[in-house]
Amino acid sequence: MMNKTKMVPFPSHAIVPERDVDKMPVLDARNLGMDFGGLVAVDDFSLLIGRTEIAGLIGPNGAGKTTVFNLLTNVYHPTRGAILLDGVSTEGKSTAQVNAMGIARTFQNIRLFSDMSVLDNVKVGLHNHIHERFLSAVTHAFGYTKAEKKANTRALELLDVFHMADHAFALAGSLPYGAQRRLEIVRALATEPKILLLDEPAAGMNPSETLELMNNIRKIRDEFQIAVLLIEHDMNLVMNICEGICVLNYGKIIAKGTAEQIKHNPVVIEAYLGNKGE
Amino acid sequence: MKSNKARRKNYITYAIAVGAFAVTMILIFTGNASRHMQSMLVPICINIILAVSLNLVVGILGELSLGHAGFMSVGAYAGCLFSIYMEQMLPAVIRFPLAMLAGGLVAAVFGIIVGIPVLRLKGDYLAIVTLAFGEIIRSIIINLNFTGGAAGLKNTPQDATFISAFVVVLLTLIVVLNLISSKQGRAIMSLRDNAIAAESCGIHIGYYKLMAFVVAAFFAGVAGVIYGHNYSILTAGTFDYNKSIEILVIVVLGGMGSIRGSMIAAIVMTVLPEALRFLSDYRMLIYAVILIVIMLCSASQTVLKLKEQLKAVFFGQKNGKEEI
Repeated sequence: MMNKTKMVPFPSHAIVPERDVDKMPVLDARNLGMDFGGLVAVDDFSLLIGRTEIAGLIGPNGAGKTTVFNLLTNVYHPTRGAILLDGVSTEGKSTAQVNAMGIARTFQNIRLFSDMSVLDNVKVGLHNHIHERFLSAVTHAFGYTKAEKKANTRALELLDVFHMADHAFALAGSLPYGAQRRLEIVRALATEPKILLLDEPAAGMNPSETLELMNNIRKIRDEFQIAVLLIEHDMNLVMNICEGICVLNYGKIIAKGTAEQIKHNPVVIEAYLGNKGE
Repeated sequence: MKSNKARRKNYITYAIAVGAFAVTMILIFTGNASRHMQSMLVPICINIILAVSLNLVVGILGELSLGHAGFMSVGAYAGCLFSIYMEQMLPAVIRFPLAMLAGGLVAAVFGIIVGIPVLRLKGDYLAIVTLAFGEIIRSIIINLNFTGGAAGLKNTPQDATFISAFVVVLLTLIVVLNLISSKQGRAIMSLRDNAIAAESCGIHIGYYKLMAFVVAAFFAGVAGVIYGHNYSILTAGTFDYNKSIEILVIVVLGGMGSIRGSMIAAIVMTVLPEALRFLSDYRMLIYAVILIVIMLCSASQTVLKLKEQLKAVFFGQKNGKEEI
């Protein structure tokens, strides 16, 4: 079932695009497995992601896609297997520590700090890059002003990438739906990740918003030089921007490859895509 | 800029506090303040410190703690014992601040001891465990010898004055308001809004929960020390769960997360029971009815709309300018 093509160098579970081939992969998941009681939610999940690759994770509902994200961010600790980020194992680390190591994510159901301003949401993302100690926080002296100024400038810069600087002082919860999704991405980017995990970023968006999102995802890769792994049901988006695609069904990988390969893979068509016009 | 607006809001809070202090001092010096009124000043300050610090846990961190009186009592006993032993050695000017520091630190240590296991719990469970903590502290204090047991701790020097208490109020406001608009404060608020997302942003949940809890415990302890040095006698019964609930009522009345609200509500809630004394037997009944009415009004849409309209009438033009 595994696709072995020229696109896929050593080892065989890689979906690294050609331009990243000579570099060490940013994310290396090896034979991940997760059991909930007797239920095997994910099994033998192996994936390599290149340093600046845009990769897609697709599959039917309940296939275990979000579980994979939760495993990669150590929200669940994998029952089996290992995750290497830049060659360093994330085993035993907390979600916060994994984020500091370089994995940031967004959520399927938007999770913003809705009672805080847009700017403050981004500044929470910048948390580990703001140098303020408790003493300076309490006194607003000893480097507080400098640190806050730097954080404000950086947060506004990041918001500006997505044309959201105008709404910096609005409450995050009051933003329209599309803007909330964008803000979640900005917040994740603020943590300065090496890889960004997007959980259904286009859910609930209209075609023009989806188009904008596609451009934004490419922009993120090009400007920040990071990898993106996304879960998405919008095949138009996935097939257009993902350089490597991994298909999950019943917790197992059933296919890997480029968009062209996946589109014509009979196993994927059977399990997920379906036949057109039949 | 709106970030300046947040800062201006803080300045308004300080201004209200200093203004109220100035008016009171003028009343005292011109001889217009009765003895009865003057006796309420320190308790008002104590309640402000308690409410503002509890608001840090309930409003900013978003966890319901019912053990605030427990921390208050730990601080009160530590501070008062310190003063009693040091009475001959140190003058009041040095003794009282040191006693407050000692009481605050002991309460903070208890905050860490209690906080580490308790903050793993959530919501109702956390509330009940903190309530139990308060009661445990109370029964331990009653059964110890050096705390004076059930008879209470007597002979604490009466060092607390309105001025010193007000200075502590101001310090509490500065620390809490500064903390809120800092990296640490944002981390604490992000836990309240969405703990899962906060963790995925690299925020260590346990650390920041504990930070809010311990800072609140510290100030509760300091408030306890002032309490002990105001009445000169401490009995463990004072710090039962009724006291915790009383502080919580102030916080809820002033608005969760609103420090200025807590301050104003603390003043109202300390003065109100005294002001209703003329009703003699019906006092507590009327007091309860007033509470219910205030709570209903503060949650009512009609009143909120009215408030907005009033704001527009008074500050309409000013707001308009800000937009540009």
